[in-house]
Amino acid sequence: MPKKEIELPYRVSYLSILDENGQLDKELEPDIPEDLLLKLHRGMLLARRFDERMLTLQRQGKIGTFAPIKGQEASQLGAVALLEPSDWLVPSFREMPSELWRGKKMENILLVYGGYNEGGHIPSDLNDLPVSIPVGTHPLHAAGIAYAMKYRGKKDVAMTFFGDGATSEGDFFEAMNFASVYQVPLIFVCQNNQWAISVPRSKQTRSRTLAQKALAFDMPCIQVDGNDILAVYAAAKEAVERARSGGGPTLMECITYRMSVHTTADDPKRYRTDEEVAEWEKRDPLVRFQKYLKDKGLLSDEKIQAVDEEVKSEVKAAEGRWEEITRKTPDPLDMFEHLYAETPPHLLEQRAELERELAEKRKEADNG
Amino acid sequence: MTNGVETLRKVTYREAVREAIREAMQKDTRVFLMGEDVGHYGGCFAVSKGLLEEFGPERIRDTPLSESGFVGAGIGAALGGMRPIVEIMTVNFSLLAADQIINNAAVYLHMSGGLFNVPLVIRSATGGGRQVGAQHSRSLEGWFAHIPGIKVLSPATVEDARGMLWTALEDPDPVLIFENSGLYNMEGMLPAGAGAVDIDRARVRREGKDITLISYSASLFKSLDAAEILSREGIEAEVIDLRSLRPLDEKTFLDSVAKTHRALVVDEGWRTGSLAAEISARIMEGAFYELDAPVERLCSAEVPMPYAKHLEEAALPQVDKIVDLARKMVKADG
Repeated sequence: MPKKEIELPYRVSYLSILDENGQLDKELEPDIPEDLLLKLHRGMLLARRFDERMLTLQRQGKIGTFAPIKGQEASQLGAVALLEPSDWLVPSFREMPSELWRGKKMENILLVYGGYNEGGHIPSDLNDLPVSIPVGTHPLHAAGIAYAMKYRGKKDVAMTFFGDGATSEGDFFEAMNFASVYQVPLIFVCQNNQWAISVPRSKQTRSRTLAQKALAFDMPCIQVDGNDILAVYAAAKEAVERARSGGGPTLMECITYRMSVHTTADDPKRYRTDEEVAEWEKRDPLVRFQKYLKDKGLLSDEKIQAVDEEVKSEVKAAEGRWEEITRKTPDPLDMFEHLYAETPPHLLEQRAELERELAEKRKEADNG
Repeated sequence: MTNGVETLRKVTYREAVREAIREAMQKDTRVFLMGEDVGHYGGCFAVSKGLLEEFGPERIRDTPLSESGFVGAGIGAALGGMRPIVEIMTVNFSLLAADQIINNAAVYLHMSGGLFNVPLVIRSATGGGRQVGAQHSRSLEGWFAHIPGIKVLSPATVEDARGMLWTALEDPDPVLIFENSGLYNMEGMLPAGAGAVDIDRARVRREGKDITLISYSASLFKSLDAAEILSREGIEAEVIDLRSLRPLDEKTFLDSVAKTHRALVVDEGWRTGSLAAEISARIMEGAFYELDAPVERLCSAEVPMPYAKHLEEAALPQVDKIVDLARKMVKADG
């Protein structure tokens, strides 16, 4: 009965293909068709512009609190680009680029933050779930969905997104354990954007990487430069193929940065320095990808300008459609909808009570 | 079916639940059972004994010891087209899955603007009286009954233990079924063709004219025993079995109070902020002028459940306490 070392064949890979100076590792460069490269660029730019516009609308008081995505376009789109429409996207609350990529309409996203739950509607040809606000509880839903896909003999996979803060939640570990025990087709995509509101990554965990948390579950993992869309794509391709072919789950840690506020209810100047933000701005995923595409001869400054104008007018048009829908103020009685498939008697009573109150108030107002 | 007596058979509450699970598994391949020790061990209360052999490990799944994990995964599986029955060994451990139940399952339909129902059924043992100490003897079903977006059932009879599950599985919304662990060995008569029952109505289990005892689950039988004793004294108690704790079928107990003019709520939960408090308030709102005496509540003592047998018995509502209180209420106004 000697004391001995148990040799575990574990290591964590780090993947970077296009560095912050735009230097490309040609050996690792993934083979992405040109039209997909351009589509990814367009998706990143659209998400950036829409995010900026949403921030303005929030500051004008037209929409409520939301979580901006600036800086995380590559670390999301590089991964969701691998999904088929029938696959499942299980997002947290900062996945607007992914949602748009999958086909959710901008006016729907505005509806959500304008107070209309109908904005949560997903186009019927997609299997995506609505945003999940409690931190880290939804990877379990993704695990259950992936289990259902496996049980039903489907080839579909699930992909779930969450932040660095979520990796400290118990549910995250329970999800990895469940997914690994049952070997379900699931890709965990951690958006390590360095900040969980005001708590930095260094205070979140002593672990050197977040990716290594998968090792306890004998689950493949990888850490990638999340601001390098080529690296995210390459890593996600391997993970999705593994999941689809019955090889079980993978954890991807995308190192990225939340260039904006946590949510619009937050002031990051209270906990991080301008210098830090400036450092990360140099690693902007959009600028880097544009340089790559220009070097490849797929884009020019003029073309970028043209795409930019296009996406801006798309955002404007969506905003117009949203304003049209919201011209009608939500009916307070709607709050009783969508609680049960069939509204039970006590809720119908509460609804009727509110209806009477509102009618009386209207009557009072009319009588001046 | 010529002879009604012959068509009845004696089963335990445990067997009734097992039959319900078996039938659901046979009827619908989307149904599967998942939880701690439900497979090889046959469930901590032996409810799923034999089902692994019958249905295989894909459908009778032993899970990691991870309540939030398998409840969350159950939500996901329900969203992914399955009809999961998730067993949380006892309600005490549901606290580890409270966020998944309250903050996720209960609001998914709302958050998705009406797009995603969560057809999930959670079964869990509840209640005290088995000398297993404070951390294994809670009755928290009243807490869950506070939460909009879920339904909370409490089968007391073998017929309900047999029949509520299928109706719950057919319901598009999350349903929690609480089985009092003290009932599993109870025997009852089940009609041979017993099957699905409604899950939204209370039942009058004994008719009476002098006082209404409102109860559910294990306390129902204490209330029925009390009614029997009271009857010998000339007091006829009507006994209501709530069956569904959310939504509450208030019409049934308000109608009864309108007849008897007195109400005593018997609830194993703690008194403060309890289901008993809710029922009392509803009677005040809906039948105040029918009352000849203040509504009374008999609940568990507001202490962690004692381990010692005699202390535990003293902490829980008991037949003699129900009898005493009911007698006082009826005799108070002559």
